[in-house]
Parts: sequence; C-alpha cells; structure tokens
Amino acid sequence: MENRPQIDEKLKNEVSKQGIVVTSLQEIYNWGRRNSIWPMQFGLACCAIEMIAAAASRYDMARFGSEVFRSSPRQADLMIVAGTVTKKMAPLVVRLYNQMADPKYVIAMGACAISGGPFKDGYNVLKGIDRYIPVDVYISGCPPRPEALLHALIELQHKIDGQQLTGRSRAEFLDPEQPSEFPIPALGKHDLEPPANTALFRPPSIKRD
Amino acid sequence: MPVDTNIADPYLFLIVFIGVAVAFPLIPLALAWSWRRFLQPPKPGESKNAIYECGLESSGQARVQFRARYHLYCIIFLIFDVEAIFLVPFAVAFTGLPVGAFVAILVFLVLLVEGLVWAWSNGCLSWRN
Repeated sequence: MENRPQIDEKLKNEVSKQGIVVTSLQEIYNWGRRNSIWPMQFGLACCAIEMIAAAASRYDMARFGSEVFRSSPRQADLMIVAGTVTKKMAPLVVRLYNQMADPKYVIAMGACAISGGPFKDGYNVLKGIDRYIPVDVYISGCPPRPEALLHALIELQHKIDGQQLTGRSRAEFLDPEQPSEFPIPALGKHDLEPPANTALFRPPSIKRD
Repeated sequence: MPVDTNIADPYLFLIVFIGVAVAFPLIPLALAWSWRRFLQPPKPGESKNAIYECGLESSGQARVQFRARYHLYCIIFLIFDVEAIFLVPFAVAFTGLPVGAFVAILVFLVLLVEGLVWAWSNGCLSWRN
C-alpha cells in the first residue's frame, strides 16, 4: 500500500497486548498464502530423495504448511525443481510451470537445477532451470539436506510475506502486464531452441583480464 | 396446560444447522470468486488451458479403441487362478483325505483340463490379428 500509511507497528504491538489483533487485507492474505504453500509432486533426480525426506516425519515439512504435495500442476503453488534437468525434460518442466495457477513460485534445489552442477559439461544437461522459468529461491548443495530445503521454504515464506497487493511494486501475479506463461523450448538439432529465454535469463557478464 | 415460551421451537436448530451448512462452503467460494473477479487479473494461456497436465503435449484422439481379444486370456487365467485356491488346501491335506475327496478333486481337475483343451483347440490361445 504505497499511498496509504501502514499500520503503526508500535500501536499494533500495544493493542495486541490488550488482546486486539489489527491487520490489513494484505497481511492476512499473505499470511494465509505463506502457510499453505502446496508443492508439486515431481522429482527429477537424487535431490528428490532429499525432498521426500523433508516431507517425511523426521524433517516434517507439514510444520510449515507444505505437506500437501499435489500431483497436478493446477493445484500446486510451488515447483521444487529437484534434480538434474535434462534437455529432454526441460520443455516438460516449463510446460508444467506454465500450467500452474498464479501465484506460483519455484525453488531450484541443488547444484544441477541451478547450473547443471557436476553434469554441466554433459551434452544433454540444461545449465540451470532459470534459463526458462523465473526461480525464487536457489539452494546450493549436491544434494541439499532437508534442512536446506526447509530453509528455502522459510525464505519463500518471507518473500510471500513481503509481496504487495497494490501499487507499482505489487506482486507479478497481480500485474496484468507480467506474463504467467513462458515460451516452451523445443528440442533442436544440437541444443534446445532457443538456448535460453533472453527476456528472463540475464547472466552477469564475466570479465577476464 | 401453560405454554412455556422460553423453550424455542425444537426445529429451530435444524434451520440454523442448514443455514450454517450452506454458508460454510459458500463463503470461501464467494471470497475466492470475488478475489479472482475483482482483484487478480486473469492470465489464460495456451499451455495453461491445455487438457493434459503431465508436462507432455497431448497428441491424437481421446476416442481410441483397444483390442477386446485379450479377454479370452483373462477368462482362462481366472479359471486356473481359482483352481489354485482349491488345489493348495488339497495338497496340504492330501495325506489325510478319504478316497471320495481325492476323486472329487480329480473330477474338478479333469473338467478344467477339458475346458482348456477345448479352448486351445478352438484357437483361443493363439494370437490372431
């Protein structure tokens, strides 16, 4: 809410001591969203085992409201890209992302999903899923431990908490100008066509002396 | 007999119950609908509206036919599957069985084998296109 003043934090604390909860629509909406992030149930490689461990009883992702792994992209809020994305799989991952309903988020889990990882030099490995879809949280590791995935989830919750509903800096899914779908790459003769979504993927240029 | 006006209509709770039962699902649905209608811009798209949701592109027609020929195998398999259920207790209790029971199970087996021979000779076990 850019034009309107936020609720004064001091006053909010004061009245909450008296048992009165003051909130705004944005706060309560984001509170509901961040505590019910439903991930999509799909794993690409060994990181998926850690993802399963994070969902199981020892690490218990249910504590963060994310235990409901949905098998359909239409019911999912979060795509955890868990594992090596091969060039054959990349169009499918992008299509699944496109089919998710807004608002949607992506966690790139592990070195492979971030950059291709140890298989970066492989002819059939995509060098990072962020070439085609926007990634919200990156987790390093090969594979990352379940705690790291939980940390990524908490980071995502922080991000959702800070998303604006109105104004110029509002969240992408509320902006009609922002795309919800991204072009699906096709398998070309040697590489995916196009090799990256240039509107999305802007790697820093490497300067060598 | 004086009417006690303090007691509400005994059926009142039913009306309240129905009201709550209708409102409970309708309020979230109405909230979700109005959120989509007034606040969140719709962003339909080609792959978002696609029918198939496994990541693959759908191809071909949904109306395809499968060969019904396999059902003959299924039926014959089912008969011999049931036969195994009878044969296992027969084999377990074999030493303590009277002659009558032995003859009975033999008759049962002969009937089944005869059926198999008949099916075989009729070409039910050969796959023809």
